[in-house]
Order: sequence, then structure tokens, then C-alpha cells
Amino acid sequence: MKIVATYNIKGGVGKTAAAVNLSYLAAKDGQRVLLADLDPQAAATFLFRVRPRVKGGGTALIRGNRDLDKAIKGTDFDGLDLLPADFTFRNLDLILDTTKKPTQRLARLLRPLRASYDLVFLDCPPGISLLSEAVLHAADLVLAPIIPTTLSVRTLDQLTEFIGGLDGHRPALLAFYSMIDRRKRLHKEIAERLPAERDDVAATAIPALSMVERMAVERAPVAAFAPRSAAARGYADLWAEVRDRLS
Amino acid sequence: MSVYSHNFAYTDGERPAPSAVREALAPRFSVVPAAKSRTLRRTWLDTFDWRLYRAGLTLECVADRGPAELVLSGTAGERITATANGTRWPVLADGLPRGPLRDRLKGLTSVRALLPAAKAASTVSEFRVRNTDDKTVAWLTVDLLHPARPSTEEPPARLSLTAVRGYQAQTDRIAQCLAAQPGMFRGAPPPLDAVLATVGHAPGEYSNKVDVELSPTMPARMALAAVLLRLLDTLEANVAGTIRDIDTEFLHDLRVSVRRTRTALKLGASLLPDGLAAEYRPEFKWLGDLTTPTRDLDVHLLGFADGAAELTSADPADLEPFHDFLTQRRVTEQRRLARALRSARFTTLTATWRAALTGLTPPRRGPDAAHAAAKIIGRADRRVLTLGGAISADSPPEKLHDLRKRCKELRYALEFFASLHDLPAHRRAVRELKGLQDCLGTYQDCQVQQQEIRVVAAELLASGSVPATALLAMGDLASHVGQRERRARSEFSSRFAAFASRQAQERFEVLTASTHR
Repeated sequence: MKIVATYNIKGGVGKTAAAVNLSYLAAKDGQRVLLADLDPQAAATFLFRVRPRVKGGGTALIRGNRDLDKAIKGTDFDGLDLLPADFTFRNLDLILDTTKKPTQRLARLLRPLRASYDLVFLDCPPGISLLSEAVLHAADLVLAPIIPTTLSVRTLDQLTEFIGGLDGHRPALLAFYSMIDRRKRLHKEIAERLPAERDDVAATAIPALSMVERMAVERAPVAAFAPRSAAARGYADLWAEVRDRLS
Repeated sequence: MSVYSHNFAYTDGERPAPSAVREALAPRFSVVPAAKSRTLRRTWLDTFDWRLYRAGLTLECVADRGPAELVLSGTAGERITATANGTRWPVLADGLPRGPLRDRLKGLTSVRALLPAAKAASTVSEFRVRNTDDKTVAWLTVDLLHPARPSTEEPPARLSLTAVRGYQAQTDRIAQCLAAQPGMFRGAPPPLDAVLATVGHAPGEYSNKVDVELSPTMPARMALAAVLLRLLDTLEANVAGTIRDIDTEFLHDLRVSVRRTRTALKLGASLLPDGLAAEYRPEFKWLGDLTTPTRDLDVHLLGFADGAAELTSADPADLEPFHDFLTQRRVTEQRRLARALRSARFTTLTATWRAALTGLTPPRRGPDAAHAAAKIIGRADRRVLTLGGAISADSPPEKLHDLRKRCKELRYALEFFASLHDLPAHRRAVRELKGLQDCLGTYQDCQVQQQEIRVVAAELLASGSVPATALLAMGDLASHVGQRERRARSEFSSRFAAFASRQAQERFEVLTASTHR
């Protein structure tokens, strides 16, 4: 079982859209996939039409009083399950802090799912916290959406530094450009330059398209309701790159 | 995670199943098609005596648009699939495509061929059941079976409701709503059962056992008539398979029912109206004799590979001319047998025999079934004891052959009246008899085979086309058959002693005494 975390220090950069579409595409590829929505905003949970409620909340899950397995819901798509978010997930940092070895906690909780899933996506809230440390500790690959600004290199460096500073296990990093506006020359230039210079930046860039925003209306992955759209093609290319990195 | 599902049968002819489901679930749940309906061609396969069904297995050949697939599924969740690769039915398991499915079926079906038990077209429609958030909480499959054999009745629609993970509670609520609908019943029968039911049949209904329910106080004549009718049913059930030569067991079962009929006519002649047994005994002897050559060749050919493997000084391949000869001769004998089974003499025999049996009425005076059974079994047992007791080391083979026939009569008599007896007592009583029969059976089969080897060797030699290696291999084979025969002969005295022992005989007395209650 491989674990991929969609993570960035910064919010609103397309983490959830990537997690939802890539998990859908991985399941379509025949993999048994779980998407764990760790963000209390519960956007991924909303997109899969699941109610954002976990019995016992984050406390029961993190302390192990409730099996992760029992909180999982099937989505409308074959091979794709969801661990829904709950509003109490806003306190996951505090809850983790009350456990022994908090940074290893998430990895330990996910371990029993190895027989059931080939791939787990962790959709994380933004920021640097105990939870993000636990996520990075559990993940094999960190998939980081970055937006095309001149500060994007700095954001990427910060992330690399954060991962480099972790004790013990360190996940691989793959950043990708998100919310690219192809009409802007600056966006085009940045999106072409960085992947050519750095191994940890994907060649695929996800454009800023209304189709991606439409996911909130359709409440489904763009690859499911508009499989031939440019957005869906972008996620398919990105999934191909992620799959290569994982193999 | 295990699959969580509810099954229903829906029989209301007025409304189609999806409409009934929609009405039952609105407004809390909506039902939307998930994909286009598919029509599958389904053929259920089993041996004639339902070996797979009895082992809790179902074998299906399912054809969609692509190549046909064989699916073996078990009640314990076992599932093995294989592509059918144009397999034509009937077929022995050996004729199936290589792989785990064939390996699993070989041991189970043994010498019996797989043949279609039922055929149907199956129209499968899949629906999503959504809650008020438009989230799919369950999958509903509606399966409409259209049997290939025309019947006035259509099987009920089969509904299967499967919960999406984490939505078991909502699925239970959906199931409750469905169960409250008119014409909806929980627990659909397996599709094979549903298809067969439309033509008044059920899986597992054929058996070569004499499973008639007798009562101790019924007139013995009517008990015997019930047994004879059951035997006639079995005989007739095996005629078509014997004529088509589907597998060797059709002839075996046909032959056994003829033998049992002859035994019943012999041992129970006095219970039937005057002259009836005397009229039909020669006809059933004719029928029995007709089956002997083909069956003897079957026994020889079925054991051929084992015999060839025993050769010490010859190569099993040297036996090929002998094998070819037996196979060719079997073709000739089988044709002769099939002709006889299509003859007017045979059809008249079975028709008039059935009419005679169904026309029987209880006599004004006569024994009841329990007394007649005790008398018949007791007499058959005494005959075996007398004949067997007279056999010594010097007795000729004919004496043992005669004893074998008497043992069969006793065994058949026990089977005819088994429903009058306590089942464990019946099993205990049969144990030593079975051991004795096995020993005598091996002895006689070996004798028949040795005789056959000698005759065939002479014929092959006379034809001048046989290589010397084949004759040598046949000599080697005859020598091994001879060894088996001598072993069986030397075992006889201990087998008979066990049967004649006080303990074993007491078991017979207990058995027959139990019917006098």
C-alpha cells in the first residue's frame, strides 16, 4: 500500500481537486483506493456527497477507540472509498498531542488497511502543524500543488526544507503547477521553466478552468462528469506521472 | 470487507420490478439506472446425478457479447472461472480447458459427463439507489430470467440489493420498504432452482437409489409396486443417455434398475397377482442380457489405464492395439444396445409394465410390508449363508459367481425396504455384506477381463495385423489381472466369515425385527 499526501503550507492551491481526481483515476486504473479527508472543511467529503460525520469524531479515530475501517464510506465509484472528514478534525493537532509518538500515529493507524487498499490519498489541511508532520511521516509521496507566482520557488524550497528537517522517514516530493492561466505569459514561462530545472516538479500543469470549479456543482471528480475536458486530461497526465513515481 | 446484501423475489405480474421499487422507496430514496441492461445466455451444467449440486456447487456457462465463460461457484463463497473456449456439451471434465476449474471438477465428476441442466436468457439491469443527498447508498440488480424451455410460468424477478460500504443501516431501511411491497418476498431461490421450477423440476431430483417411502402396515403388494415403479422411473430416466452414449453411468444405472427389478420379481413374485412376475421375468432377463457386453467392456476400459500402469515387463503403449480393439468392439456393442432400446419390444415392455404396476390394487388378504420385508430379507440372507458356507478352496468359480448374485439379491432386498428400517441399523447391517460383495465383484471382474484378454488375443493373432509386443503386453496384463483375482479369491473366506459371524447376523435380525413394531 502506497500513501500519497496532497499537501501544501499554503491553502486554496488545488490540493483537494487533485486528491479527488487522482484518487478517482487511480481507482479507474483498477487500484483499490482510499481517500482520507483530513481537512475539517470537508471539501473532498462534500464532493463525494458523503455527510461529514465520523462517529466519536477525531478523538475516537486518533486514539484508536474506533476502527478507521468502520468509519470508511464507499463512494459512488468502483474501487474508491472515502474516510470522511468531521468538524472535530479541526482539533487533530491537539488530539495528536495527547498520544504517544504523535508524529508516527497516523502511519500506525493506517497500517491495518494494507490488505484492503493499494493506494491511500491523504487530503491535508494547509499549514505547518503536528498533523502535517504526522502526514509527512506516513506518506511515501508528497504531492504539492504550487501556484505560478514568482514566490512559488520559495514555497517549494520551504517545503523541501520542512521535509528535509524531519526525523526518520522522509517522503519523496513531487510538486506540480496548479491554477495555471494559459493566457498569462508569466504563468506559461514559470510552468515551463521549473519542471525543466528540477526533478521534483511534474511536467504536467493543471490549468485554471471553470470545469474544475464545476466539481462543486456536480459533486463529482471532473474526470467522471467531463472525462474529455482539458481539466480531466490534465489530471490524467498528472496521474500518469504520479503512478510512475510510485512504481 | 464482506458484501452486505438483501435478496428478494418479485412475482407481481402487473407492475415491472423497477417501478414497484421506485414507488416503494419514494420520496426518501431515488432509483436511477446505472448502466444499460445486459442480456446473458446462461446454461447451468451438472452431471445427470447432480454431483456438483450435491457438493454445494453451481457450474454455469455464461455468454454475453464476448466469449462464453465458465463460472463455478460454491455455497461457501468458492468461485473459479475459465473461458469456455467453444466447449460442446455434454463433455467429461477431461474435455474442459486446462486450468484450476478443470482440476476442481475432475475429482468431483469422475466418469460422469457435464451436461446442460437448464438454459435461460437473463436480462440484468443495474440501478443506483440514492438518498436525498443524491449519494448512492446501495446497488440494486434486477435479474429477469426467461427459461429456454417454454412454460406457462415465468420465474419471479430476482432482486439483489447490495449496500455501499458504510451505508448498511440505510440499506436495511430500503430492504424493509421493499419487503412491505405486494408480491415482494425476501430470499430469492437460486436461479437454477427458479428456472427448473417453471417446468416442475428441481435440482438434485435424480438419484439411482430406491428412495421410496413405505409404511410397515401398507399391503406388501402395494409396497412392492411402489418399489417397482420407482425402478421403472430410474430405468426410463437413463434410456436417452444410454442411447446417446453420454457417459458410461447411464448404462450402469439402467442395468442396475433392470437387475433390481428382476430381483424384486423373483423375491416378491408371490406378492403380485398370479402370473405377473412369470410374464415379465423373461423380458427383463432379455433386457439385462442386452446390457452385459457393453457394460463388461466399460468396466474393462474404465480400469484400462490403471491396469496398463501395473505392467512390469511391457510398455503401456504396447497395449494400444488391445485398447483400440476394445474401443471398436464397444462401438459395435453400443450400437446394438441402442437399437434394442429403440425397438418396439423395449417400448412395449416399459409401457405395459407401467400400466400393469399402476393398475395393481391391494389384495383382499395378504401380508403387510413389514412382514413381507422380514420374510424376503431373511430368506435371501439364509440363501447367501447356505451357498457361501458350501464354498471351499476347491470350489469352481461358478459357485462364487452364483454367490455374488445371491449377495446382490440380498443387498437389493435391503434397499427396497430401507425406509421401513432404522437408518443406522440398516447401515450397520450392510457393512459386512458390502465387504463380501466387493471381494466377489473384483473376483468376477478379473475373470471376465482375463477371458476377454484371451479371446481378443486370439482374434488379433488370427487377423495377422498385431505386433508381437502387443501380445506380450496383453500377457503381462493378464498376469496382473490374475494376481488381483487370486488376491480376491484368498480374501473370500475371511470376508464371508465376517458376514456369517454371529455379530453380523444379529444385525440382520435386529433390522428385520424392527419392522414388526
